[in-house]
Formats: sequence, structure tokens, C-alpha cells
Amino acid sequence: MSKPQIPGTVIFDGEQARKGYALNKMCYSFNDAANRQAFLQDEDAYCAKYGLNAQQREAIRARNVLQLIAAGGNAYYLAKFAGIFGLDMQDIGAQQTGMTKEQFKAKLLAARG
Amino acid sequence: MAKIIGGITTAHVPAIGGAIAKGREQDPYWKPFFDAYVPVRHWLAETKPDVAVVLYNDHGLNFFLDKMPTFAVGAAPEYRNADEGWGIPQVPAFTGDTALSWHLIESLVGEDFDLTTCQEMLVDHAFTLPMALLWPDQKWPVKVVPVCINTVQAPLPSAARCYKLGEAIARAVASWPGQEKVLVLGTGGLSHQLDGERAGFINKDFDLKFMDSMVSDPRWATQFNTHQLVEHTGTQGVELLMWLATRAALGAKVRELHRNYHIPISNTASGLMLMEPVV
Repeated sequence: MSKPQIPGTVIFDGEQARKGYALNKMCYSFNDAANRQAFLQDEDAYCAKYGLNAQQREAIRARNVLQLIAAGGNAYYLAKFAGIFGLDMQDIGAQQTGMTKEQFKAKLLAARG
Repeated sequence: MAKIIGGITTAHVPAIGGAIAKGREQDPYWKPFFDAYVPVRHWLAETKPDVAVVLYNDHGLNFFLDKMPTFAVGAAPEYRNADEGWGIPQVPAFTGDTALSWHLIESLVGEDFDLTTCQEMLVDHAFTLPMALLWPDQKWPVKVVPVCINTVQAPLPSAARCYKLGEAIARAVASWPGQEKVLVLGTGGLSHQLDGERAGFINKDFDLKFMDSMVSDPRWATQFNTHQLVEHTGTQGVELLMWLATRAALGAKVRELHRNYHIPISNTASGLMLMEPVV
């Protein structure tokens, strides 16, 4: 069944939720500061504990949001992963759009019209 | 009987919490946002609601994908937040109105809304930040009833369904024998998209039309399905569902007392409206 597409957008539906379950479950665990610390101390072991597949493990290693989304990541859970590195939403927006942070902020401002 | 005295709809962007914690409310970036809440606080000081029914969406604090309720109603004596992964400050606990919660649950399920009920529930920034914007001293003068709408995992409840939920909440409050003055607080939006190559998407034209429709044609946005809402407002812009449910709880006609619209707060077009039912 083909789904209508919105360019540059993945709607997080059942298909994504199945694909990304392990990845999102790991990111959900980052609600807890002790788990964030455990991830930083031994990233491989932490990812293995949650059973990430190779695509998810590589996307985590690359700290790459588009790859994480392609691997089934959900924006809300991924935000907790980004939080470990102190990234804000403009950092994340810039990374996904291939802009500098200043360019991304300018894009937001331009929406004022 | 209890009475809905007004509705407030507001953005709940996490960065607001950082600005509050760092005392940046009067920085040039933040001033046009925070100053807009002053008239709302005056209205709250005059009208003194007893209870806030808070319509919000959880962002992966209380609910994970193992169990994802479409509509969840809190029935806890107390609600707390947590750091959500970014070290968000703890705010004082919120006191639940468990009696009204259970009345709402009875009434809504009686109208065929299949709810999840929560006697333990963490509330996230979508709940705490709007409360802190309304009552900056964080000495919450209201008891709360949280109503959480799923915007994490599609299929989401439709805009039309959320509108009906709001109408049913109004009937539930009206049938409560207490004398409480009830505020309906709906949080989220307006247009924004955090994820994908389309990140940074904001749609001012749609937002302004939507805000106008809240007063003049409240069912206008119920014509859109989730896909269309994402197209017009971004992946997280679908949070306007909370606005629609809030608006529906106010009845056929409202008086608009205040509004603000500001681009951007973080990656979001922030909106604020204060409305009273016209009886």
C-alpha cells in the first residue's frame, strides 16, 4: 500500500514504530540521568543491551539524526539522545537540513514573512 | 454545578523552561513571548479558577511505545515532572482533583470515549511550562486534571474526534455537582517540524487562519486529516489538536480576550489565546 508523501518528512506510524522499537526504547531510557551516564561510559555495551540492529548502531555512532529517523527513530525519543550532547533544536535542525546553525536560525526568522 | 470559565491555548516549547530557569524573560529574544502572558495572568487573578483541566501531549516521559493510549486521563492525587533527558528543573508537585478526574472518566467513557486512566502519571514540559507561564511563582492555585492526547505515534486521533472530546469534557464539567470554576488549558503548537529534511517548517498563513477560526469558525480545522495537518503545520504542528479540544470545551461562541503569535521560539511558531465562553 503506498502512502502519500510529504517531502522531507517521515510520519511516525506503526511501520516506523516496529522498525525503531529497540532504538526508541534505548532513547526513552535516557529520561533517567543514570542511564545517560551509563551510555557515555560504555556506548557499545549500552546499545547491545537494548538490541540495536546494525543500522541503528551505526546511526547512533554517527550522531546523525536523519540516519536515526531512517532507522525508525522518533523525534521525541531522539531528542533525549541529543540531550546527552547538549544539542538544542537549532543544532538538530541545522544538521538535518545541511545548514549552519546561523543559516537555520535565519530560515526560522524568515518565516515571519 | 461546576462551570468552565475560560480557555487558554499556548505553546509549550521546552526552551521556555531554560529561559525561565536562567531569568531571560526580558532578553530581546524572549520578551515578545513572555510579555504576552501578562494580560492572561491578570485575567487569572480576577477570575480565580479552582481547577485546570490540562489538555496536552506527552513527549515520551510518561508513555513509551510499549503502551500508547490515544486519550489518557490522570486520576492521581499528585503529579510530578522529571528531567526528560535534558536536566529540566523540577517544579513543585501539582495537586490532582481526583474526584473530578473520576467524574470526567465516568462521563467520557459513558459517551464512548475509550480512555486510559492513570493513577500514577508523570507530566512533562507540555504540562509544566504552560502552568509556569500562567503562574510564574509556581505556587499552583488550582487543582489539576491532566488529559493527554497521543501525538507521538500515528494513527493519531482525528481533529474531529478531538473536537468531540472537548465537547464531551464540557458536558462532564457541567454535570459535576461541585461549584468549581474550571479553566481549560490546551498546550502545544503552533506550526513546527523538528525532524527530517523539512525541519524548521513554519506556516504563518495557516496558523493565523487557524487562530481566527478558533473564534469565528471553530470546526474549520476538523476538515483536515492527520496527513493534511502535518502537511500544513509540520510533524509537531499536529499539536493543534489540543487547541481544538480546548476550543470545543468552551461551547458554540467565545469572546476572545487576548492573543499573541510570535515566530520563532526555538523552531516553533508560538501561539497564545485566551477565550471566554459566551453563554
